[in-house]
Amino acid sequence: MTPFEYLRAEDPAEAVAAVAGRPGAAFLGGGTNLVDHMKLGVAGPDLLVDVSRLPLDRVEETADGLRIGAAVRNSDLAAHPLVRERYPVLARALLSGASGQLRNVATTAGNLLQRTRCPYFQDVTTPCNKRVPGSGCSAIGGYTRYHAILGASEHCVATHPSDMAVAMVALDAVVVVLGPGGARTLPLAELYRLPGDAPERDTVLEHGDLITAVELPHLPFARRSAYRKVRDRASFSFALVSVAAALDLDGGRVRDVRLALGGVAHRPWRAARAEEELRGGPATEDAFRRAAEAELIAARPLPGNAFKVAMTRNAVVATLRALAEEGR
Amino acid sequence: MTTWRGAVGVPAARVEGPAKVSGRAGYAYDRPVADPAYAFPVQATIARGRVVSIDSAAAAAVEGVLAVVTHRDAARLADTEDAELAVLQSDAVGFRGQFVGVVIAETPQAARHAAGLVRVEYEQRPHDTELRADRPGLYAPEQVNGGFVTDTDEGDVDTALEAAAVSVDRVYTTPMEFNNPMEPHSSVAVWDPGEWDAGGGFAEDARLTLFDSTQGPHVVRSTLARVFGLPPERVRVISPYVGGGFGSKGMPHAHNVLAVVAARAVPGRPVKLALTRQQMFALAGHRTPTIQRVRLGAGEDGRLTAVAHEVVEHTSAIKEFAEQTAVGARMMYAAPNRRTSHRLAVLDVPVPSWMRAPGEAPGFFALEVAMDELAQACGLDPIELRARNDPEVDPESGRPWSGRHLVRCLREGAVRFGWAERTAPGTRLVGRELVGLGVAASTYPYYRFPGSRAVVAYEGGGRYTVRIGAADIGTGAWTALTQIAADALGCPLRAVRVEIGDSDLPAATVAGGSSGTTSWGSAVVAACRAFRHVYGEQPPAGAEAGADMPDDPDVERFAMHSFGAQFAEVRVDADTGEVRVSRMLGVFSVGRVVNPRTARSQFIGGMTMGLSMALHERGVLDHRTGHVINHDFAEYHIATHADVVDVDAVWLDEEDVHTGPLGARGIGEIGIVGAPAAIANAVHNATGVRVRDLPITPDVLLR
Ligand SMILES: Cc1cc2nc3c(=O)[nH]c(=O)nc-3n(C[C@H](O)[C@H](O)[C@H](O)COP(=O)(O)OP(=O)(O)OC[C@H]3O[C@@H](n4cnc5c(N)ncnc54)[C@H](O)[C@@H]3O)c2cc1C
Ligand code: SF4
Repeated sequence: MTPFEYLRAEDPAEAVAAVAGRPGAAFLGGGTNLVDHMKLGVAGPDLLVDVSRLPLDRVEETADGLRIGAAVRNSDLAAHPLVRERYPVLARALLSGASGQLRNVATTAGNLLQRTRCPYFQDVTTPCNKRVPGSGCSAIGGYTRYHAILGASEHCVATHPSDMAVAMVALDAVVVVLGPGGARTLPLAELYRLPGDAPERDTVLEHGDLITAVELPHLPFARRSAYRKVRDRASFSFALVSVAAALDLDGGRVRDVRLALGGVAHRPWRAARAEEELRGGPATEDAFRRAAEAELIAARPLPGNAFKVAMTRNAVVATLRALAEEGR
Repeated sequence: MTTWRGAVGVPAARVEGPAKVSGRAGYAYDRPVADPAYAFPVQATIARGRVVSIDSAAAAAVEGVLAVVTHRDAARLADTEDAELAVLQSDAVGFRGQFVGVVIAETPQAARHAAGLVRVEYEQRPHDTELRADRPGLYAPEQVNGGFVTDTDEGDVDTALEAAAVSVDRVYTTPMEFNNPMEPHSSVAVWDPGEWDAGGGFAEDARLTLFDSTQGPHVVRSTLARVFGLPPERVRVISPYVGGGFGSKGMPHAHNVLAVVAARAVPGRPVKLALTRQQMFALAGHRTPTIQRVRLGAGEDGRLTAVAHEVVEHTSAIKEFAEQTAVGARMMYAAPNRRTSHRLAVLDVPVPSWMRAPGEAPGFFALEVAMDELAQACGLDPIELRARNDPEVDPESGRPWSGRHLVRCLREGAVRFGWAERTAPGTRLVGRELVGLGVAASTYPYYRFPGSRAVVAYEGGGRYTVRIGAADIGTGAWTALTQIAADALGCPLRAVRVEIGDSDLPAATVAGGSSGTTSWGSAVVAACRAFRHVYGEQPPAGAEAGADMPDDPDVERFAMHSFGAQFAEVRVDADTGEVRVSRMLGVFSVGRVVNPRTARSQFIGGMTMGLSMALHERGVLDHRTGHVINHDFAEYHIATHADVVDVDAVWLDEEDVHTGPLGARGIGEIGIVGAPAAIANAVHNATGVRVRDLPITPDVLLR
């Protein structure tokens, strides 16, 4: 671990200034991802600006929905009555992630910005374009069980590991950012990048950009929503694939739907194509399957993860089926 | 004859429990020593070749760094015969992750940071880490682990297989597996005096103390004495508390030597070394992957005529370890024609070693799934098939069994588990889950290793101390030995204090092969008897007597094995292929159970490890780099609590009159044996899909 300095910021503006003014500085949330990376040599910040104790730790009801402070702990967010009532998909996604101990520490912003679990990324003895641009991608031709089937590039086939973010992307969440140039908002779906030829950049954020909150718009039908995570063991493992879905039924037809996929791409994958296919159509198992297949036409699996195509399809069908049954 | 007066057989609470839960138990790394320095290794990043140059200037410049030691300047070892332990003695690299240097610093953080700054250049040679059954150069080792012969061939297997009315011929595989215990491997090395003579040699009276985490302090002592050229009495290994071992701490590994070498480089400073989780995947041993061909021939009635179990596995280029995977097939079933063999591929991989039930654990996955396949082919209930093939005497030696109660275990388990509910494969859908039941047989040999000695001392005031250099790696040995001594002395449990985990205590064999309680326990019983013989019931304070573990003549006359029946119920998600083991039951026949509480935790712990092996564990070797890429607990999965829903173990109430004074056969390993097969067989019953390669992950069952 490279020696570093530590600063506990008193307010967001101070935090932004401290990081923006120093190329080697980084924000510290719960540290469950960043500190691991420091130990592994993946990250070597020379200054940590602790933002976990900023007054950004509230979940508030607003005129448009819910505003979640960046420092709200994952476990607090999952347990929040309004989240459980109005956005069960989010509560379930959070609870399916990591472990109780980690969720007690992990923050909302840190969760969004956690980095890929690609084992080559985490092992500094192997080449990795995301860690060292231009060094090559070890996953290609290697171990790809947890890697992408959608939207990858020849430079990087990593997946984004967050469960929470998949639910938030399904819910059209908006991220509030405070940068050196002031505050701005952007849809969460647009925060994340596909790897393209610059996989070292996970997001569109610039150095010094601080996430201060996430806003969830009203979505009444999200009261009937679910998160389905398919994994290699019953808990404490990342998704092979996951599905976040909310379903609005009108008799036997789909009035509206939100669908996002995890474990399949460099970012939480909003399944827009499948949603389009579903809207206005019958709420039947066949229709669910056709919609999933339409989304997965674009899938380009790797030798080690071809199973993910069928697994994603089945998980989508199972999730929508369960929601439809719940609605009857 | 010792009468068991009430301590043996009682579910006594762990005697060291309060110290452990209150944090007073001193594990090796936590030992307070004066003015410690900290070591962090530098590991090879190639799998084969040699070190050409090392630039340690940047590392040495880090504040707090005391020394950077490499093969160029490390102390010369007296004995380098064991290449795993010949640490920093040459420029050769035999596997990726091998030690090529060590940084010693004032803090662990500085040592780790500096280790990352050491620049090593290599001359890389092509490496080979891939196990395949068809690769050239497979060879038969002289013997396999445990001292068993490599191959056996009884009768005429080929003819019997050809003539068989029903047969099974399948290949089963298990992956590279790791027995990373909770407590990482750690050593604290203290030289006394800490100074060397001008030539760098030992002072006449130099002594080495190692606080270690080991399954056998005496083995570590004798090994280090040999490696460093010291008389054994000047080496002391102290290891009272061990946070798990599962075989990985059964023999000394390279880190033990590295800690001592590091301490020699900083005279006057004790050195602490703890491996990281990642390092353990290269340096603490592992279970070889296996490729196992099993052929069974039987009549229509399921009676076996032939069993052939042929195994291909790996060993490392620098040191041979041959897992005895097919040995169980030699004695398990009554087939007149039997063949077993082991072939090894020499690969540029880390050194494989003992992992809970070496041999039986992977071997019985293959054999017992094959038996399930045979039952299916014969249209027989799998329990009935095993009953029909239960041999009267040991097929291998022709000796009578000291007690073979496999069929009783199976039948008793069938009743308890609700085996009658089992339906045809793939027919039981509950909600969106396919439900199935499976069974497998289990066995483990009775081992009792010579070389243990116990000493009993009377402290006065009704208090006795029993000393033996045994190890409690979480098994409950501490408690069991206290119970055994109490009964053998005829005094209450609280009157006895046992001292273990120190090579200054009377010699004891390693905690391995499920032999601890029987081997050490026999020595303890003998010492207690000797004590009473000399001093009677009214000893003077300070009275002391000792005895060696007595020979057991019955070992030559009987075939001695424990047996068990493993049952599993699985639920397979029909959409995603995810498998959950909803129930497991083990019924075991192990002779006398000294402590039902700690025994139960051994059994269900073993079964849980079997569940983990069935569904989760897989070391992924990247053959391009030659290292295990999923080398941490986020990526190398072991079962979590949520995976272990309902695991229960029971045992027959019995004693084995042929296994020495205790009538016990050992329980540490049998719990894992057969458990993976029971689960694989249950998966087949649930889904109709036969999985022959572990682990059984969702993708395999996806439809
Ligand atoms: C063993 C293990 C298993 C796990 N399993 C799962 C799982 O199954 N599913 C899952 O979703 N996650 C899982 N996780 C990941 C876990 O959810 C993340 O580590 C956690 O959410 C990160 O939050 P943090 O607050 O600790 O982030 P930190 O580690 O503090 O920070 C992460 C990143 O975010 C940046 N950052 C932090 N706060 C801000 C801010 N306000 N503005 C801008 N940048 C910021 C940091 O600079 C850093 O780059 C697992 C983690 C571990 C260790
Ligand atoms: S997939 Fe991406 S993160 Fe993984 S090795 Fe390739 S470039 Fe690195």
